[in-house]
Amino acid sequence: MSAVVVSADVLRPEAELVYLSRSGGGAIASFVGQVRGDDGVTAIRLDHYPAMTQTALHALVDQAKARWPLLAVRLVHRVGVIALGEPIVFVGTMSDHRHAALESCAFLIDRLKTDAPFWKKEFLTGGQARWVAARCGDAAAADRWSA
Amino acid sequence: MQRLDILYFAWVAERLGCDSEQIAHPGAATRICDLVAQLAQGHGDNGAVFADIDRLRFALDQHMAQSADPLGDARELAIFPPVTGG
Repeated sequence: MSAVVVSADVLRPEAELVYLSRSGGGAIASFVGQVRGDDGVTAIRLDHYPAMTQTALHALVDQAKARWPLLAVRLVHRVGVIALGEPIVFVGTMSDHRHAALESCAFLIDRLKTDAPFWKKEFLTGGQARWVAARCGDAAAADRWSA
Repeated sequence: MQRLDILYFAWVAERLGCDSEQIAHPGAATRICDLVAQLAQGHGDNGAVFADIDRLRFALDQHMAQSADPLGDARELAIFPPVTGG
């Protein structure tokens, strides 16, 4: 199974955890990002740059594997329209021990936030829509992983 | 003549009213910021989307690039806002 999936299909974190659990190690770490209801958000749409998305996500997986002893990695990102409360992204890592799993999971989501070409548009009650702005803290969070 | 595909995403595409265009390649030494200034001229009122280059991000042949980078032999330039995935 590929480490990277970008799909409009509903994301099922529990199925991803089952997949990771079959990889033989002793520690799984995971992160799930889901649609928040800030300011009356009812849904979001995730646009992306298809020709670049796979390359960018595979590069992150390769960097994580070079840095930590990982037995399995799963990076799943949904695109298209996603309803309130539904998962947007799943990051899961499996290693023999917890530190490698936890650190590599944090690395992957922090760097995905700044390196992968996705854009969120929020749809609000009342019919308005707005593009989400990048958060200042995202760059700082990604930078802490610079060697 | 070599061509350059330019792709636009998110609010950049929305405000321009198009998500791609193809131009004659302006040459390997042309920097992204130089080309952006030309694009601003060519899009009339919509060219205002290019006015603040610090709000834009770039990729050359699907790899992140800086505004001062030369185009080199890239065939595809993407122009977009800072990314907001995850």
